[in-house]
Order: sequence, then C-alpha cells, then structure tokens
Amino acid sequence: MGFLLTDEQRDFGRSLDAMLTAADTPAAIRARAGGDAGPARALWARLAEAGVFALAVPEEYEGMGPLPVETAVAFEELGRHAAPGPFAETVASAALLSALAEAGTDAPAKRLLPALAAGETVATLCAGPGPYAADADLADVVLVVDGDRLLLAPGHGAVRESADPARRLARPEEGGELLAAGPAVVAAAERARRWAALATAAQCLGLGRALLDRTVAYTKQRTQFGVPVGSFQAVRHRLADVLIGLEFARPLLHGAALTMTDADVAAAKVTAGEAAYAAARAALQLHGAIGYTEELDLSLWLRKARPLRDTWGTPAECRAIVLAAAPLRRHDDPHDGPLPKGVWGVTVPARSAP
Amino acid sequence: MDLHESASIRDFRAEAREWLRAHVPAEPLPSLETGEGFAAHRKWEAELAAARWSVVSWPEEYGGRGVDIFHWLAFEEEYWAAGAPGRVSQNGINLLAPTLFDHATEEQRARVLPSMATGEVVWAQAWSEPEAGSDLASLKSRAVRTDGGWLLSGQKTWSSRAAFADRAFGIFRTDPEAPKPHQGLTYLMFDLRAPGVTVRPIGRLDGKPAFAELFLDRVFVPDADVIGEPGQGWRIAMSTTGNERGLMLRSPGRFLAAADRLVRLWHEQGDPGDTALRDRVADAVIGARAYELFTAAGAARFAGGATIGAESSLNKVFWSEFDIALHETALDLLGPDGELADGEWAEGHVFSLAGPIYAGTNEIQRDIIAERLLGLPKGRR
Ligand SMILES: Cc1cc2nc3c(=O)[nH]c(=O)nc-3n(C[C@H](O)[C@H](O)[C@H](O)COP(=O)(O)OP(=O)(O)OC[C@H]3O[C@@H](n4cnc5c(N)ncnc54)[C@H](O)[C@@H]3O)c2cc1C
Repeated sequence: MGFLLTDEQRDFGRSLDAMLTAADTPAAIRARAGGDAGPARALWARLAEAGVFALAVPEEYEGMGPLPVETAVAFEELGRHAAPGPFAETVASAALLSALAEAGTDAPAKRLLPALAAGETVATLCAGPGPYAADADLADVVLVVDGDRLLLAPGHGAVRESADPARRLARPEEGGELLAAGPAVVAAAERARRWAALATAAQCLGLGRALLDRTVAYTKQRTQFGVPVGSFQAVRHRLADVLIGLEFARPLLHGAALTMTDADVAAAKVTAGEAAYAAARAALQLHGAIGYTEELDLSLWLRKARPLRDTWGTPAECRAIVLAAAPLRRHDDPHDGPLPKGVWGVTVPARSAP
Repeated sequence: MDLHESASIRDFRAEAREWLRAHVPAEPLPSLETGEGFAAHRKWEAELAAARWSVVSWPEEYGGRGVDIFHWLAFEEEYWAAGAPGRVSQNGINLLAPTLFDHATEEQRARVLPSMATGEVVWAQAWSEPEAGSDLASLKSRAVRTDGGWLLSGQKTWSSRAAFADRAFGIFRTDPEAPKPHQGLTYLMFDLRAPGVTVRPIGRLDGKPAFAELFLDRVFVPDADVIGEPGQGWRIAMSTTGNERGLMLRSPGRFLAAADRLVRLWHEQGDPGDTALRDRVADAVIGARAYELFTAAGAARFAGGATIGAESSLNKVFWSEFDIALHETALDLLGPDGELADGEWAEGHVFSLAGPIYAGTNEIQRDIIAERLLGLPKGRR
C-alpha cells in the first residue's frame, strides 16, 4: 500500500524530461507562433515514440492503456517544458473513442485509434465547455460532440491566436461525417472531458514547477542592494507559498488519476490551475521587467498559465462539480450508515507502467 | 501507486467505529480550556485508554496497539468523524512521547508513558519564554547542577493547558558559557506542583485560560528526569519539532470531518445564489481532500523509512491557513448567528486563529521552506 509513484513511473517521467530538454521546446513554440508547425510535428513524433499517445488507448487498438497515472506523469513533463500541441485534446479523443467502443460502437475506434496511439494522427476535440477546438490547424482530425452526436468535422473556421503563443483556436466547421449518435456519445464525451481535465491539470503542475524553478534560479543570481534578491524575506516567502500551492496540488492530481471520478478530477484541475497561475504571477513579479519581455523564454511559460487554468474546466465550473458531488461523501450521521470510505477505501486495480 | 485499504485496516476501522459509536459522549464535553472541561476530558482519556484507543500507534507495553501509520490515519478519521472530544493529552502524546521514544532511557519510558496514555498525568510544553519565541535558542531559563539533579530558575510562557496540567517538559540553559545560543541547553521534565513553581493562567483571546506562565524558583529536578545528554537539549528538541508541525498534531481526519460539517451547513442554510460563498465551501472540501492525499503520500514515505524533514513546514502552513479559511467560511454561512460566542463553530474559529502562531510561526516555516526546500540564500534573521 502506498500513495507514491512507482520507480517505473518516475523513470518514465525522467526520460520524457530528458527528451523534452533536448528537443528545445522554446524554439518549437517560437516556430509555431511564426507559422512553422514543423518542429512541433517533429516533437509529436518523438513523444509518440516514447509512448505518450498510447497511454489513453486500450491495448486492443494498439495502445498501452488506459493508464491515467502514467498520463498524469507524462503531461506533467509536457507542462514543465511548455510543449506545443493539442495534447490534452488528443488523449481526450482517445478516451472518447474507447468509451464508445466499450459501449458497443467500435467502428470509429478501429478506424482512428491505432494511428492516434502511434502519433501518426494528431486529433483535436470540441466537446464543450468552450466553442473552440484547440490547435485545429495542427490536427489531422477534428472531432466534434454536438449533443448526443459525434461528428468528424470537415475542417475548421478562421484560426485565431490564443493568449498562449503555442496554441491556436478555431471553431470546427459545421456538419461532417456522423461517427456515432445516442446516449453513449454523451457518456463518452463526459469521460473525454475528464481525461482532458486530468491532462491539463498535470500540465499546470509541470508548468508551475518550471516557473518556480526558473524563478528560484533567477533570484539566487540577481543581486540588488548588494545581495541576491532571493535573500529578501518578501521574495523567499512568496516562493515558499508557490511551493505549498504546487505540493498540495500534486496529491490531488495523483489521487484523481487513480479514481478518475468527476469530483477528484475537478478538484485537481482547479487546484493545479490556480497553483500554476500563482506561480506565474510570482515568476513575473520576481523577475522584474526582464520577465515582462517576450525575449526571455520565461514568457512562453508565463503565457500558458492562464489559458491552461481556464481550459477544460474553469475554476468556477470545477468547484461546482466538487460541491455537487460532496453531499456527505463520508457519512450522513457518523453514528450510523456504512463505513466511511476514506482515502484508502477507493478500490482501484494496480497498474503497470508503460 | 495505489489507494488500497488492506483488510487489516478495514477491520481496525470497523472496530474503532463500533467502539466510538457506543462511547462518544452524546453531548459535547465542556471546553477543554476550562477547569471543568479539562476534568471531563481527562475522564474521556481514561475511557479511551481503558479500551486501548488513546495511543494506538504506541507499543502495547505502554498502552498502545502497535499499529502502523496507515492504521493510525484510519483511526483518526473515525475519531473525528464520530465527533469525539478534543485530546487534552495532545502535547504529551504528540511532542514528548516521540522525544522519549527517540532519546529516553528504558526506565524513563516505562515510568512516563503509561500514565500519559491514560490521561492520569497530563503534560505541558514549556519551551517559550517571554523573550524567546521564534528565536527559541535565545532562551534564558537556567538549570543549575545540584546534588543528584538540577535546580530550575526562570520564566516560561504560553504553556498550553499548564493551568490544569500535572507535569511539563522543556529546555533550559545549563552552560551559560557555551559559544553559541543553541549549545549548552538541556531537555528535562519537571513537576508543575513541585516547590518553587508558580503557575499563572493567561486568558486567551476569548478569555479561556488556555495557556499559562510558569515562574520557576530553584525547582528541583532529579537526574532521572533529564532526557538525553545534558547539553544536547537543542538537538533533541529539534528532532521532534517535525511532529509538532506535521500530521501528528493535525491529522487529516480532523479537517475531513470539519469539511463535512461545513457542507452540511451549506445544504442547510447556504444561499444557492451566493456563488462566492459556494466556491469557498467547495474549496474547503478540496482542501481537506488535498491534505488527506498529501498525508497519504507522506505516510507512504515514512512507511518506506523516510523521516519527517522540512516537508513538515509545508504541512504546518497549509493546515493552519486552511483551518482558518474553513472556519471563516462557516461563520459567513451562519450570518448573524456566527457572532454567538457559544456557537458550534465559534470556539473552533478562535482556536484556528492561533494556528499560524504556535508550533513555529508561519513566517518561520516559510523561511525553512525557502532555505531547506527551495535552496534560497539565507536571509537576515
Ligand atoms: C495558542 C497558543 C498555544 C501555545 N502553546 C505553547 C506551548 O504549549 N508551549 C510553548 O512553549 N509555547 C506555546 N506557544 C508559543 C508559541 O510557540 C510562540 O508564540 C511562537 O513560537 C512565536 O513566538 P512569539 O509569540 O514570541 O512571537 P515572536 O517571535 O515575538 O514573533 C512576533 C512576530 O514576528 C514574526 N517574526 C519573528 N521572527 C521573524 C523572522 N525571523 N522573520 C519573519 N518574521 C519573524 C513572527 O512570525 C510573528 O509574526 C503557544 C502559542 C499560542 C498562540
């Protein structure tokens, strides 16, 4: 019994970290912002090779999943390196298609999942709450959930810039091929949103940690008044608070990956999103004016924080989900009723690493 | 990585729940910060101890059940969910006992622990002094060698529940010539009713005598009551402060139960249109869950052999601020009734306000986090 990552899971994260460090993600983001999607696609291929897109895809469709814990581990690294691409949307698409297959409609899964797991297909997904499909211009497949219908969009509308330079937003074109319809689509879309929220929460955590690490490094070497600015208590305490925010988001993320309940995922999403945004605010403030420039790569991390916090579940939406599920999770009357479940009461099969 | 609960924990949980269901007083006991409440709580400790629920993680020979940290967490969850009384012996159980397990002699453990487990002897912590708070190492109270022991002189303060407690533990300067302030200190235990001890209760914010000043005038302490080597008091005290800041003092069960009560209150009298307040109730649920899972990860590390380190400072800042936010949300939900001093949440609110001050102020904890966890340069102290 232990609520800790296994050695394999940690090694997986470390190997992705090393790979992403070598891949020079800031250059890929800047290229993408300038209209060249080549480096982002090349990065996609390398991540696919490392197995990232197979994590949400079941084995029968040539994936390794579903593995939410490993997905959280991988996405933390994607966030740490601010990697560009519709990552959360791709795993959410995989979750959607495999949920549909489980419910009996397996044609779309057979058709799309193997290429998605292999990284040959970049997918994006518009399944609410927002009207945009992220990075539709970079994607090969744009899935749209419209009520209880799943459509393969014929294309997308005008591409608009996001506050995050690594991202583009577009509305899917109306119509397109009908892939499935009925209540199973609604349920599958819910699962997709949960996976997207989990993946985004993990990215937030990694992003926040990267912002904190960079800021700690900067405040140790930047001197004013003859001493490193990191020796001023106002600076030290603000960074301590950033660490506290992130360190209490992490167990929520891992807990959510184990249970995958709506409420746990929403709790992880709001907490990691707020922690990452607080990290960004502190990072900007403590870098001073240099932090407010686009020249410094830090800007690429800073500009992600707010969009990631708000996509796939705003804080208000997440809190509403948590509270709706909270009604007396434990026990109505402590002297009666079933045993409280508690943290250890959740039964989840042990999973192996990819 | 998993969250499985073993059959052994499930059974243990069920046994605890059964017992608590039959024994938790139907009416809340009077506040343990009053003489009457203290006596009632002491009786409750005895009842707990008789069924061996007072110190479940201790070895059986001292009154415990020898269970591991996961069982202890399950017990705590049941305890607080059942609405059981606050623990009047907590300073002894959470601070002195771990110190004794790590540093005391066999004889001291056998003498001190069993009566602590039953609440027969309640312990007070005598660390702070009027001029030594955050800068504890600057303390001035002295212990001077005498025949067969030491003579204590000086003044201690803010000693929780010392007005009603029996004995105290603290650090004293035994070598005034030592080159550094945290050297030449000795950790020892003394009787609050010994000749030379004057205890003056201090009313806390709400007037209840929750802590006290101790005036010490040549109070005799036998050698048998020195913990560890004379001169090593600082090291011994610091080796157990992690318990004070960390989960031993504030187990997640307490906050889970409080968050549950808050949700119930929201359902009973929350205004669904007040989304700002609704969000704060949700944050209380999320915070309790975060603390629960953070603790689960910490427990897994301890079970794997890790010791409590600077991480307990993360813990301390989190629970103390969370506790205040939770109680403030409850008071806001109660509206005009929140002001009533005898309300269900009022005492909890007053108590929560002290959280960022005791067990090392949150400013000091943030310094520890900055230096030891983030590696930032030392600031001016
Ligand atoms: C309810 C309660 C129960 C207590 N119970 C006990 C007990 O049982 N036994 C016991 O020994 N003590 C007890 N204490 C005392 C407690 O440990 C001290 O209050 C605490 O260590 C702070 O010391 P101080 O009150 O002297 O504050 P000070 O040290 O005087 O601090 C005043 C303010 O200055 C800040 N400050 C001080 N130094 C720094 C710094 N370097 N950087 C930034 N800010 C700084 C502090 O954070 C604080 O905000 C209790 C206190 C309370 C409130």
